[in-house]
Amino acid sequence: MPYLEEQNGCSTKGDILLVLRHAPHGSSWLREGLDIALVGAAFDRDVSLLFMGEGVLALLSGQQAGALGQKGTHPTLQMLEMYDIDALFVEQRAMERYGLVQEDLILAPQGLEEAGMADLIKHHDLVLTF
Amino acid sequence: MRYAILVLAAPYSHQASHSALRFAHAVLARGHQLDSVFFYHDGVCNAARLAAPPQDEPQLLDGWMNLSAEHDVALQVCIAAALRRGLMDEREAARHGKSGHSVEPPFELVGLGQLVDLGLGCDRLITFGT
Repeated sequence: MPYLEEQNGCSTKGDILLVLRHAPHGSSWLREGLDIALVGAAFDRDVSLLFMGEGVLALLSGQQAGALGQKGTHPTLQMLEMYDIDALFVEQRAMERYGLVQEDLILAPQGLEEAGMADLIKHHDLVLTF
Repeated sequence: MRYAILVLAAPYSHQASHSALRFAHAVLARGHQLDSVFFYHDGVCNAARLAAPPQDEPQLLDGWMNLSAEHDVALQVCIAAALRRGLMDEREAARHGKSGHSVEPPFELVGLGQLVDLGLGCDRLITFGT
């Protein structure tokens, strides 16, 4: 894909982009969004994930299921590689808002500024927000 | 144009289901094709056959069923999201040893792969309730 390397741009193309905007544990938004990613990949579709807003907290390392007895989403995130889902992105601004740096996160996602996120959305056929 | 609708919010708790139903009729009135309404996340509660809202409130369940009967629109419900929330058809009720069922045709329990197919197959997938 030797095109579109604009400044702060993102040239990743794919079939499905999941925009994940909720933190884990407090609701099922993240889990049910990730389920679509896994199903899409199982159906041989190129799936990308963009963690936006409080969704970046999904990637915070050292999480446990905790007192509520929920499964948590880390086991699912660890399975992404097995499903060949390796196009992972985070909103750079959200990282800064939560005082996070790359070393705090699992899976080494790529940070994107606004222009990069716009490119990412533009280059996917189906965009679903959870 | 081929449309599909994704409903993610519970009826009566949020505006989303009401807006989705009105949008469905608007799409059809403009001469477009509406393949399916897909219910996921809390949206699966739209399929509860025992819903009994006060008579002077909008009858959403009837609205969905009429939409399906009059315009041949599929009403697809994510089976995993539905089972978690106590929504199941006769077959699933028998399989899980439950004494009653809460979903009946024209609503059908399907896998998430159907949502992926809809999203990629239709020209537009419009989401309500994020």
